Amino acid sequence: MTIYQSLAVEDRPNRIGARTERVEDEALLRGLGRYGDDVATAPGTLHATVVRSPHAHARILSLNTEKALAMQGVHGVLTGADVARWTAPFAVGVRQPMEHWCVAIDKVRYAGEPVCVVIADNRYLAEDAADAIEVEYETLPVSVDPETAIEDTAPVLHEAVGSNVVNERHFRYGEPEQAFEQAPFRVSLKVKYPRSACTPMECYVVLAHYQSASGTYDVLSNFQGPYALHSVMARALKVSGNCLRLRTPPDSGGSFGIKQGVFPYIVMMGLASRKVGAPVKWVEDRLEHLQAASSATNRVTEIEAAVEPDGRVTALRYDQIDDCGAYLRAPEPATFYRMHGNLTGAYGIRHLLVRNRVVLTNKTPTGLNRGFGGPQVYFALERLMQRIAVELDLDPLEVIRRNLIPAGVFPYQAPAGALLDSGDYPAAVGQAVVDGGLAELLRRRDDARAEGRLYGIGYAAVVEPSISNMGYITAAMTPEERRKAGPKNGAVSTATITVGPLGDVSVHVSSTPQGQGHQTVVAQVVAEVLGVAFASIRVNVELDTQKDAWSIASGNYSSRFAGAVAGTVYRAAVAIRDRMALIAAGQLGVQAEAVRFADGKVFAEGANPMPFHRLAGAAHWAPATLPEHEGGGLRETAFWSPPELTAPGDDDRINSSLCYGFIFDFCGLEIDRVTGEIRLDRYVTMHDAGRLLNPALVDGQVRGAFAQGFGAALMEEFAYGSDGSFLSGTLADYLIPTAPEVIEPVILHMETPSPFTPLGAKGAGEGNNMSTPVCIANAVADALGCDDIRLPLTPSRVRGLIGIDEPEAPEHLKQSAEAPAIPGGSTLQASGSVSIPASPEQVFDSLLDPAVLAVIIPGCHQLELEGENSYCADVTIGVGLIRARFQARVKLSDLEPPHSLCLSGSGNSPMGSAQGRARIRLSSLEDGGTRLDYQYDAAVGGKIAAVGGRMLQGASRVIIGQIFSRLSQQVGGVAPQAGLWLRLKAWLNALISKGDES
Amino acid sequence: MKPAAFDYVSPTRKSDVLALLAEHGQNARIIAGGQSLMAVLNMRMTQPKLLIDINRIDELHYIEPQKRHLAVGAGVRQAELLSWPGLAEAVPLLARAMPWIGHFQTRNRGTVCGSLAHADPSAELPLCLTTLGGEVVLESKRGRRTVVAEAFFQGILTTDRRPDELLTEVRFPMSQPGVEYRFNEIAMRHGDFAIVSLAAVIGADAIRLGVGGVADRPVARNLERDQDLAGALNETAWSLDAQDDVQATAAYRRQMVRELGKRLIEEGY
Repeated sequence: MTIYQSLAVEDRPNRIGARTERVEDEALLRGLGRYGDDVATAPGTLHATVVRSPHAHARILSLNTEKALAMQGVHGVLTGADVARWTAPFAVGVRQPMEHWCVAIDKVRYAGEPVCVVIADNRYLAEDAADAIEVEYETLPVSVDPETAIEDTAPVLHEAVGSNVVNERHFRYGEPEQAFEQAPFRVSLKVKYPRSACTPMECYVVLAHYQSASGTYDVLSNFQGPYALHSVMARALKVSGNCLRLRTPPDSGGSFGIKQGVFPYIVMMGLASRKVGAPVKWVEDRLEHLQAASSATNRVTEIEAAVEPDGRVTALRYDQIDDCGAYLRAPEPATFYRMHGNLTGAYGIRHLLVRNRVVLTNKTPTGLNRGFGGPQVYFALERLMQRIAVELDLDPLEVIRRNLIPAGVFPYQAPAGALLDSGDYPAAVGQAVVDGGLAELLRRRDDARAEGRLYGIGYAAVVEPSISNMGYITAAMTPEERRKAGPKNGAVSTATITVGPLGDVSVHVSSTPQGQGHQTVVAQVVAEVLGVAFASIRVNVELDTQKDAWSIASGNYSSRFAGAVAGTVYRAAVAIRDRMALIAAGQLGVQAEAVRFADGKVFAEGANPMPFHRLAGAAHWAPATLPEHEGGGLRETAFWSPPELTAPGDDDRINSSLCYGFIFDFCGLEIDRVTGEIRLDRYVTMHDAGRLLNPALVDGQVRGAFAQGFGAALMEEFAYGSDGSFLSGTLADYLIPTAPEVIEPVILHMETPSPFTPLGAKGAGEGNNMSTPVCIANAVADALGCDDIRLPLTPSRVRGLIGIDEPEAPEHLKQSAEAPAIPGGSTLQASGSVSIPASPEQVFDSLLDPAVLAVIIPGCHQLELEGENSYCADVTIGVGLIRARFQARVKLSDLEPPHSLCLSGSGNSPMGSAQGRARIRLSSLEDGGTRLDYQYDAAVGGKIAAVGGRMLQGASRVIIGQIFSRLSQQVGGVAPQAGLWLRLKAWLNALISKGDES
Repeated sequence: MKPAAFDYVSPTRKSDVLALLAEHGQNARIIAGGQSLMAVLNMRMTQPKLLIDINRIDELHYIEPQKRHLAVGAGVRQAELLSWPGLAEAVPLLARAMPWIGHFQTRNRGTVCGSLAHADPSAELPLCLTTLGGEVVLESKRGRRTVVAEAFFQGILTTDRRPDELLTEVRFPMSQPGVEYRFNEIAMRHGDFAIVSLAAVIGADAIRLGVGGVADRPVARNLERDQDLAGALNETAWSLDAQDDVQATAAYRRQMVRELGKRLIEEGY
């Protein structure tokens, strides 16, 4: 293999290793980027909107598209029936009888699951028609929490599987049982890693055109790869690979893995185009994205270490449950196996026991997300290292140091199969401690503690894998299953370089960047090899599966660019240079080995330099002058797959990645005792990512990953109600840190080149997503001296850890203190009472009177008797400006005249679903009136729950309150009293304040 | 995320707005800065038939110090009031609280009266108005009335405004000599909906403490100076019927009322 030897960086602007400014930025900063939504559409392009399930788990009883189809501008509705007719379920790496289609066929399994697609002249009309689609659901019990979902009694999502656990594997490396038996200490910890996702600014875009003449699907989408999913899509569409032409736009507004999850929509919109016979465009909105795009897996881990008295760990045991949501969507369960080979982290632990269970729940399916698998593993492992220090009364940094893999043993094979390529971990830690100023932070901690303030220091040592082995996912299968399926391994990268007739250099890479600056680095590499001006090189990063060189590993993920793609560019450039050197040798009269390329010239000692463009021109304009075997034209495509990425063996060892960088972080933070707010004092992050191709871009990657790790630690979580409704549907509910919240980390580098990549570079894009959440968690654990740390560490949660010693409620407020508290959800409960100046009999009879019912139900347009005491109602309800029209069923039951009854209702609207039940008790008052006590519980789902979480409790109270105050008015003829009293009080207050004034 | 169809008018006279409101009532919706309404419209959570834009009505665009109060017309942006030179002297509580409203960009569009009419229980302006004991002016073809804040805010997004009325003006009581005005808030990020926000008016013998973000509307309590402060704060905390949500527990909210309230009153932050 050609291995690049670095030269001194000085005097080499815009070459490999230089802090070159990004060539991408001018267009992006001036608003001249060309994103998916900017791409010109063909005349007659229609627009799609997706109708989604408001329920987390339900059977679809009927779907009525009639009214929608009759509306103006509507061209068609793609339904589950079409999808079942034209496609096959998506293939997945785990063999189980579960089917995932791009549109629900008979059941919905998560809130937000596509139920049909409306295609119309524009998005406005499509959304109008979507509101007219009638879907009848039979709701089913849900499985939301992964630990409950694995139980035998849990509601099962995929009946044919018979269990929510769709994959379970046990792994054993070394002699872990013996190590645990002999260990003087065992330290264990149970941790839960929440669901969150890195949130791109630009959501999914798909522009699909089904070519009926050829039966091909021509799709443009901001898909990020891996292109192994192209095969999954083609098979779902039941066409050969060359009948799915997939293209990407020039720019993509962030992805961080998430735009892998657009693939079901590529299939969906292809079918939508087929349905209406026209090009179809779909742009995902933010609510759709947060609710139903993708997320990282939430994980439950029990981890245990066998520990020597000095803190050295001899064996590790992991028991992990990954919650992959409602469907196992390719490449899941990769969240587990991406990290499998390096489960022992940065430590020289030789014995390892692992149990991995993949569980499905009624939540959005998971997928790639920056750090993929890393945050979950390191949250368990590094929290455990901190616990070991606490339990053995050792310095946590010392525990890390004693366990680090020593220098000089690389490449080092970890027990689960990772071949750690290079590094000097102890040296990196040592340098970080000095350059990052740990001693000062320790002093600050002492000072703060002496003053009674809460200050903590956290550490994390992390191995950052990059360049995934396409075969690692087969570790989810047993060796027998793998033998049957055939081997999968490697990671093929491609790069194409063309030198044109004017000597101009063009490069194409199939790396689908989303803002990382690939064009800049590719040009740096090519400029160095060919000796041409950096600014003259054009790098195209659009990918067209019909015209470009690509393979299944193409795309932007697993931090594969620097190590694999830039390395392949280097190889392609060297191939072009070698051909040009041969041509030049003839013309200069020297040996090819003597030809050099620099400053836009080609030269050799003792010969006149020749302009690069002249030499290039010869290959195009005068092929007859070329040496023998030189065919003319100048284009080279390099393919490269590292031999170290082999398939998992029968011993289940897997080298899951090609490169393994090293990160050591520490931070100091202070906690406000009252508010529980965390102020990060300093964050130091040391990286060894091999050779740095452009340190400025690496620093950018570190800052971005740090900001996302910071968000995961302190703010971000996709919240679900106990009924599976999604509660984080806006960016006011799902909170992402912005510039004012994030501090600038101290970034340090060390360079230990990888022996396995052409340029010695490793990936560096995901490290802080893996290290930062646990580093901050460890600092909080240190500050508070507690062990059960759950992310995100919101002020409320941190204050809960500090402890709230709550004084009792005053006597007259005891009742409200006892009101059931439902943790932040879509399930609402409350109670209340009204006094009505009429007898209980009168009140009871009124409730059974449809005429009264029609008046007291707020916003009731129509009430039709359906059966005894059951009605069908058309109601518009809401609070303030927020209103929704529901088709509702209202029922009175459990009648015990004149003492009690039950009033229940359920309904659907385009805004979501709602159901509720109020128990009503009537008792006589001394004045002949009635005291009506009610207690209700209600649940809402769909859009209302997703975007209105903050308001639901209050809103339900207003609406229910309206019912009974209207009843009081209707029966007693009197308006309820509260308003008047308030007015009197306010009037009194005003009087008092005016008195002050005079 | 596209709104349902609606008609749009942009009158230049207040009387035209009142006529339109009289005609369309519930089916019409006023738009000023659009910082809450646009999002709700796009999510189709409100579907008015008519949108009445009041941005072009000059007669609603004024900040007028009166003897007893500062009058702010419905056309005034939050940023304008915040940068009005007399604000810190006239209504110091607003000068302290308004930087907490959303962000620079949202304050450039959002109006003072729009926030009051929307009546979000976490919003700063309704809290300030309630704590100061100010009032709003509501006008309709039928006439004009003033309503004090405590009567105006009736619950979550719910006010005493009738469908044919326009909130034309808000009146913030002028600062009193010897009285201190303080504000503090806890939110996940600066500019987010408050988990708990507190406004305090501290006079020689009485303290008025306003709490936002906890109950379904801003609530203000008068505390006696010589009263047992901890007990009074505890009573206030329990009286607001705090709820758990995804960002904070009810217990946390009560504790913030007690402890942040104490800190704000005794230490000033």
